[in-house]
Amino acid sequence: MSNVLELVNIRKSFGSELVLNDLSLSVPEHTATVLIGASGSGKSTLLRCINLLESIDDGQIFLDGDEISDPLINVDDVRRRLGMVFQSFNLFPHKTVLENITLSPIKVQAKSKDEANTAALELLKRFDLSDKADQYPDRLSGGQQQRVAIIRSLAVNPRLLLLDEVTSALDPVLVNEVLTAVRDLKSDGMTMVLATHEMGFATQVADEVCFLESGNIIERGTADQVLHNPQNPKTKEFLKRVHQAGRL
Amino acid sequence: MSERQNSAWSPSSREIQRRQSRRAISRKQASIAAASSIFVLGTLALILVTSPGWETVKTTFFDIEYGKEVFPTVIKGLWINLQLTFIGGAAIGVIALGLALLRTTKSPALTPFRFLATAYVDIFRGAPLILIILLVGFGVPALGLKGVSSNVIFLGTVAVVLTYSAYVAEVIRSGILSIHPSQRAAARSLGLTSGQTMRFVVLPQAIRRVVPPLLNDFVSLLKDTGLVSILGVTDAVRAAQINASRTFNYTPYVVAAILFLLITIPMTRYTDRAIRQRTSAQNSEGAI
Repeated sequence: MSNVLELVNIRKSFGSELVLNDLSLSVPEHTATVLIGASGSGKSTLLRCINLLESIDDGQIFLDGDEISDPLINVDDVRRRLGMVFQSFNLFPHKTVLENITLSPIKVQAKSKDEANTAALELLKRFDLSDKADQYPDRLSGGQQQRVAIIRSLAVNPRLLLLDEVTSALDPVLVNEVLTAVRDLKSDGMTMVLATHEMGFATQVADEVCFLESGNIIERGTADQVLHNPQNPKTKEFLKRVHQAGRL
Repeated sequence: MSERQNSAWSPSSREIQRRQSRRAISRKQASIAAASSIFVLGTLALILVTSPGWETVKTTFFDIEYGKEVFPTVIKGLWINLQLTFIGGAAIGVIALGLALLRTTKSPALTPFRFLATAYVDIFRGAPLILIILLVGFGVPALGLKGVSSNVIFLGTVAVVLTYSAYVAEVIRSGILSIHPSQRAAARSLGLTSGQTMRFVVLPQAIRRVVPPLLNDFVSLLKDTGLVSILGVTDAVRAAQINASRTFNYTPYVVAAILFLLITIPMTRYTDRAIRQRTSAQNSEGAI
């Protein structure tokens, strides 16, 4: 099994604030790596660095063996190999659901409109959103919008999918439909890195759970090890607080 | 969302009483508004007609017969203003879009152009339009360049286009900057280049947002085309001026003013409505 993503000693700071501190991580093909940790522990920044939306201060990032942290690399080419789903959906409000999904396949991958539409409609059907193809995003519920955002990132056939707290902006009833969609992707063998606050969900999909604390992974292992039998006192403390909030 | 059926419902006696109260309140408000309007407008009219010079003003500014006589020449002039507005407006749209894109680009190859665009906007937004008209109208012919028309209508239009392009560029740029960075992040993460992101994601949303302020600028443009009269273009203002100075009767000015208002008032009403619709649409957009 080869590693799709390899992070080596990543360091990133915003001004004087160190956000990622000497962080290393390997993500093998067809696995899901779940990042947990308090807000501000660096989960979102890590995902944005992988996507090259942020540049790192030191260390290396490899995607399928290519060093993508090299400043000479074409960032557009790299992003074509990655999918990203955001906490706040970020659908394009002036485009219909179908147009949101087919924009990149048509403009970036130079597919014909028919070809892109057929593929998009198939994905919509799979995620039970066929009847929403011609709607504008603001007519959809939050859960539907987020599922469209997931489809949009899948439409470019990414090697690696990055999901940044995809359920945090949703009310509890809608969370489930999005998590079901992610679970389906996992069983299809999609390689994923997720930041999440849903510990129960982490247990279900994670091949590896990483606990981030002040910019580094201080505990990692299977969901069972990290979530149910943590060794590090800080992990224990965090999980205790999550438990008190009723999120585990 | 479907309207709920309420055919079986008839208002309770309490609701009927409330409706009567509401009607009573609105009747009272209407009578206060009417009384206040009659008082204020009546006072203004009274001040006007009892002023010592009213009789002279009436004959020199509101001479209906003379107004009818000069009407054809003034409206012929207004046609020039309208042509200037539409041809100029098209040119302004293209140039302003280019300037706005140059000012928001980060491409290193375009650095000198970005600098020039900024300087251009600073100069033409900061200088009075009438000075630009005079400088272009009299300065360009003085250069004696071959192939450059010295037609005053052309030069006047160029001056107006130069100035308004700077105004409109700033409006479009503010629209571009108002699009949330997360939209750009989403587009870039899908592999779109920065140019594609601007063209397919940012600009369509930005333009939609700035349509109401642009309509405002369009109304101003129509009025400001009257300034080209100082170059000797026989537009509505100039036509009125010629007639007024011939007879020392200023009714032609009033005629020109009324003609401008007949066009600009419906346009501003339409603009206000567009702004209102835009605002309510934004409010319903919620978190996005």
